[in-house]
Amino acid sequence: MTVRFTLNGVPVSIESSGSRRLLDVLREDLGKTGTKEGCGEGECGACSVLIDGEVVDSCLVAVGQVEGRNVLTVEGLAAPNGELSRLQQAFIEHGAAQCGICTPGMLLAAHVLLQRATQPTGDQVREALAGNLCRCTGYTKIIEAVLSCTT
Amino acid sequence: MSSTTPQPAVGRSVPRREGADKVAGRTRYTDDIAVQGAWYGKTVRSTLPKGRVRSIALDPAFDWGRVVVVTADDIPGENVVHLIRDDQPVLAPNEGEIRHREEPILLLAAPDRALLDDAAHHIRIEYETAEPVYTLDQATEVFSTIEIRKGEVPEDVEDVEAVVERTFQVGLQEQLYIEPQGAIAIPEPDGAIKVIGSLQCPYYVHRALKRALNLTDEQAIVVQAETGGGFGGKEEYPSIVAIHAALLARKAGRPVRLIYDRHEDLAATTKRHPGVIRHRTGVKKDGTLLFQDIEIVLDGGAYCTLTPVVFSRAAIHAAGAYSCPNVRIQARAAATNTPPNGAFRGFGAPQSLFAAELMVEHVAERLGMSSVDLRRKWMLRVGDTTATGQKLTESVGSELVLDAALKAASTVQPSNRPTVRRGRGLSLVFHGSGFTGSGEKKLQGTIALEALPDGTFRILTASTEIGQGTKTIFCQLAADALGVGLDQVVLAPQDTSLVPDSGPTVASRTAMIVGRLVQDAATALKQRLKREAPPLRVEKAYIQPDSVHWDETTYRGDAYPVYAWACTIVDVDVDTTTGEVHVTDLVTAVDCGKALHPVMAEGQIEGGSLQAVGWATIEEIKVKDGGYQNDRLATYLIPTALDAPRIRTILVENPYSRGPFGAKGIGELPMDGPAPAIIAAIHDATGVWLDEIPATPEKVLAALNGTRETGNGKQS
Repeated sequence: MTVRFTLNGVPVSIESSGSRRLLDVLREDLGKTGTKEGCGEGECGACSVLIDGEVVDSCLVAVGQVEGRNVLTVEGLAAPNGELSRLQQAFIEHGAAQCGICTPGMLLAAHVLLQRATQPTGDQVREALAGNLCRCTGYTKIIEAVLSCTT
Repeated sequence: MSSTTPQPAVGRSVPRREGADKVAGRTRYTDDIAVQGAWYGKTVRSTLPKGRVRSIALDPAFDWGRVVVVTADDIPGENVVHLIRDDQPVLAPNEGEIRHREEPILLLAAPDRALLDDAAHHIRIEYETAEPVYTLDQATEVFSTIEIRKGEVPEDVEDVEAVVERTFQVGLQEQLYIEPQGAIAIPEPDGAIKVIGSLQCPYYVHRALKRALNLTDEQAIVVQAETGGGFGGKEEYPSIVAIHAALLARKAGRPVRLIYDRHEDLAATTKRHPGVIRHRTGVKKDGTLLFQDIEIVLDGGAYCTLTPVVFSRAAIHAAGAYSCPNVRIQARAAATNTPPNGAFRGFGAPQSLFAAELMVEHVAERLGMSSVDLRRKWMLRVGDTTATGQKLTESVGSELVLDAALKAASTVQPSNRPTVRRGRGLSLVFHGSGFTGSGEKKLQGTIALEALPDGTFRILTASTEIGQGTKTIFCQLAADALGVGLDQVVLAPQDTSLVPDSGPTVASRTAMIVGRLVQDAATALKQRLKREAPPLRVEKAYIQPDSVHWDETTYRGDAYPVYAWACTIVDVDVDTTTGEVHVTDLVTAVDCGKALHPVMAEGQIEGGSLQAVGWATIEEIKVKDGGYQNDRLATYLIPTALDAPRIRTILVENPYSRGPFGAKGIGELPMDGPAPAIIAAIHDATGVWLDEIPATPEKVLAALNGTRETGNGKQS
């Protein structure tokens, strides 16, 4: 079937079985390898993307489900000219990315939080990131980075 | 070179080299690398824990024309995964022995995943079963033994005022790097095979490939892709993944991708060694330490892998960060029919330090003393000797970290929830930086530094970036030693056809041992540039100082070049109705010698501390019939952001003369301290002692119930 959706602000149209995982279509058909597979069963959040502004595990979403919807991956966080977002810069500055494999999912989960709450507390940041596992940082520097972006 | 002196880079938290790529999603990890014409690979594994392969049958009704099948008969070299002992086969041979569940028997490759899965369902393996051994009590095969003796441990303890005996148990733990294992093998002209993979030690994989595939140095090419975490889990296991991918690629005559899913990774790859540690400690009533008698038994699993080295580190750290005149440490590692255990951050030391630190608590309790005072009385200081007889001459941070942590920890406030008891625990640990004993001398890790005609400098090393900051720190060290800007230094890719063997990225050795080689090479190159023009190249190999002595047969001497030290204070909430333990706060003071990059040093400590919190509380693997029951992320739980304590790190700088700019290795140290501190905190909160981790709700409730019954004078 033909599936049409908006990816990082750009309309895309792909030929695919509607039951394929969105994760595989993003990575294999659309070259968006910033979205990672950590467990394939919705536990680790490495494959997090935003669908119409909600954080979802793209390993649990069939591509047919995103017909007509807006999908944002980590590649869409920077400005079109490549300039990194404030959150992305904060991740570098605070040492929030170590091995980096959880970073795309973390950034997207934090991005949604910051859009909804301009002054989140540390506990709210923890809550918002609880679906994204990190094994390198102990989360401390990730939380610091997110809190540094509050206005 | 510019005439103005650039701002020093060492000691500053400069941006991570590959940071912008990581946050932009541009970084290519193994599975992100597209390779034209590559097929998918799969490993078919044993479904029984012990026995023999009787026959392997391919269903004749299935079309095998588009599938490549590799068995042990297709191995051109030796059927051995090269490491310490030649006991682990690449693939179980026909008629060969099976020693654990998930043992690789056969490999498949196909152009698409559906066909691959279909093919796997058309293979029938017949086994002859044998009686497996699962527990250390039953284990008869011993991989190796160590005895460390200092002074004389008395059998007759008449003159000793108090003797405390206790037995501790520690469980399996999965490294749980978020990127699973994976490799892509690409056949090259002239019989060469290139393997791109997620790995810590390019030259381990290089040696293993050469041996199994009968390749020359030049024909085996190993390239590290950006690696999504390792923690020891990608020290030795990637050799197996790489050999398997290479065998498939060789037979298929095309590239093959072998990427594990999480389930396979959890079920089949190495774990932290579980074990039992027994202590018998003799003291005077005033707390004077008279003797420590320690027995360590670790479960190595079905094959040797790195077990002898892991339990060597366990034995050397078993007496803890303390000075004792009479020590006996007897250690052995035994074989069971469970998947092999292997390298994991801390490498045996977390296991033995867990027991050593809790013994301080038990002795203090027996004597009615504060355990902090007892630690102050016992702790190793400059001039003291360790259990192996090593005289500590410099950079001994025991008292510095204890004072710093105590000063930083705030007062414990009682919980306002009626069912929750709050408590605090403390630990003091040390961890040897670099390889044990003569390891670095034998290894002779090598790096090269080039001055290029365009005015830039290039570091060539096989040390890998796995998130800990190698790429950034090496450039900082070279830039400052050369006196040039950070932007003038680059790092060559970790590709065995380009870089020399710097040794593995393990053992808290990269910043300290290899980093010092980078600094020394840069200093030498700076001198040469005064007389010569680029291009120039300087190589540096590790040379053991004459002052370092180690006797491998008696286990006497300088076990490590130097030790890093940490004091950790944790606060826990114990819910007495559910048995749940929540670590709320963790303060840790770490003597790192010199913080080359403070943010990254803190990041290592925070991440390692949380990994230890997980090991002590929620990370549990139950073994049933030789297989892991917690073989999915839905059942193997690691701490989330909600579970993680507030972590505060205090970096204590106490320079080491032979470290780069004074730095010591701290990659593993944070894994050592939190677990015993948590058990002490649970005791502080509830009055019960656990002797076993993880401190799951079941164990905590059982302990609480036991105490209640005893406290009420009832018979249980």
